[in-house]
Amino acid sequence: MMRENKGMRALQYLILAIIAVLFLLPLVWMLFSSVDPHAIQAIKLPSHLTMANFSAILTDPNIMRSFGIGLLVSGFQAFFVVAISVLAAYPLSRYPLPWKKPFLLSILFLTSLPMTAVIVPVYQMFLYMKWQNSLIATTIFMISTSLPYGIWMMKNFMDSVPEGLEEAAWIDGSSVWGGVRKVVMPLMLPGIFTIAIFTFTGSWGNFFVPFILITAPEKLPASVTIFQFFGNNGLVDYGQLAAFSVLYTLPVVVLYTFAQRYMSKGFSFGGAVK
Amino acid sequence: MDAAGVVPPRKKPRNAQDKAKRKLAFWLMIPSFVLLLIFFITPMVLTILFSFTNLSLTGANASALKFIGFQNFVTMFKDPQLAQSVWKTIIFVVFSAVIGQCFFGFLIAFMMRGKNRTFRRIVGLIIIAAWVTPEVVVGFCWVAFLGDNGTLNLLAHSLLGMKPVAWLYTFPMISIVIANIWRGTAFSMMVFQTALDDIPAEVEEAAVMDGASRWQLVTKITIPMVRGTIATNIMLVTLQTLGVFSLIYTMTGGGPGNATATLPVFMYKQAFVAYQLGYGTAISLVLLLIGALASLLYMRVLKVRL
Repeated sequence: MMRENKGMRALQYLILAIIAVLFLLPLVWMLFSSVDPHAIQAIKLPSHLTMANFSAILTDPNIMRSFGIGLLVSGFQAFFVVAISVLAAYPLSRYPLPWKKPFLLSILFLTSLPMTAVIVPVYQMFLYMKWQNSLIATTIFMISTSLPYGIWMMKNFMDSVPEGLEEAAWIDGSSVWGGVRKVVMPLMLPGIFTIAIFTFTGSWGNFFVPFILITAPEKLPASVTIFQFFGNNGLVDYGQLAAFSVLYTLPVVVLYTFAQRYMSKGFSFGGAVK
Repeated sequence: MDAAGVVPPRKKPRNAQDKAKRKLAFWLMIPSFVLLLIFFITPMVLTILFSFTNLSLTGANASALKFIGFQNFVTMFKDPQLAQSVWKTIIFVVFSAVIGQCFFGFLIAFMMRGKNRTFRRIVGLIIIAAWVTPEVVVGFCWVAFLGDNGTLNLLAHSLLGMKPVAWLYTFPMISIVIANIWRGTAFSMMVFQTALDDIPAEVEEAAVMDGASRWQLVTKITIPMVRGTIATNIMLVTLQTLGVFSLIYTMTGGGPGNATATLPVFMYKQAFVAYQLGYGTAISLVLLLIGALASLLYMRVLKVRL
């Protein structure tokens, strides 16, 4: 490739290393403090390692329930966004429909609207319908907000599966559904995983929606209960806060590691828009 | 020939087939239609309607909802806090997203090219780790970093002998901008890595052979070749940053005072802390309109062809 002189190369390595350290510092605080028996606000090497912070979190039934609620909400959201998007994406990708273009343009438009903006009327709607504190209604709302993105991505992934393969399955006697199940879906698995993982992690990290729509403490997901360490009394148990953060971040890291080989696809705009 | 006789009967079944497809398409899309209608379109319409009412959670207005015309908007445009909030939103978006994330994302992606594989992997993973970390945790990590007894003060004290600074109070805007750059740079980095990888090596080699300097190579060849990606990325990060709430709420709560109250935080404060839902809705309409404009611009930039 390009010829660079050695000094320039070394300088770039140095700059990248400095950037990496700066990116690492805030995270290292979390990792160190989570195993530190006397964690403080500043970063410091633990005098000795302890699992006490983690066991305090893991044995707290309220915190564990909030993790369970978070998993359920995010799991359902990911599942239904994928299922509903597949249904909608199939005709959008395969059939000539008169209203396809305006529909897709509206979907693309909706994907990029800041959802924060509609929370006040949604809150009012929830009050009026007596849905406040309903985890089911909150999950359905969250499913709806992820749908435009899900449909848009799913349609693009489906477009990349050649129609000829599906026709071959029909000739072999498959129904439309059979063709989708046996040919289209297996080829789209990377896409389906990408959408499911993006939806799950987005939902898992979503603090704002449950914060507004759920007030009952026993129904709050982990994204909100994390605030309990940030007590109003000013006393913060940094060790437990860090341990909670580590446990709360873990599922996301695992999923992204799993998704990494598919992810690069989502970052190329060239082929994504058809 | 009999072709003329064949065409009409063939046309009929095809129409019938199209009709059947349309019907099936309709049923397949019903769940999406219903959900989008109830939870996306309705709230947007309500946003417009409510912003003309005296909607409120408490007080005398809570029971008697009535249309008050443009009063919320009059209040809004007279409210110096709103103008400030819009201004803060612009600063936050421009500095943390357009300049910060895009610039650093490009810089990192660019410098990573042709470097040692393991080195690239480690640096990339660290930066992506910041991106996958949930927003609230990012907020806590930065509070710990910038707090009065935090890491930065510790470093500044032990390296430079500086007195501790209350960073989050003294420089609240800079603090949230830096935290958001930290959080979002990975996205732009990955976008630019994909785009830079797509540049054929011959193009740059040819330029080098023709005697282009390194600076010329970057400004005349590399950047123009990823111009489309840069534009798209700027739009995407702008849209993502417009709605940021949790990070700011965790770090500063919009304060001190309203120093970091960007539109989403300002809206939250008016609607759910001051219980002025009507006024809060009027603010969200502003946010929605800015988002809609940016979204339309984004679609223009993408040159969507369907």
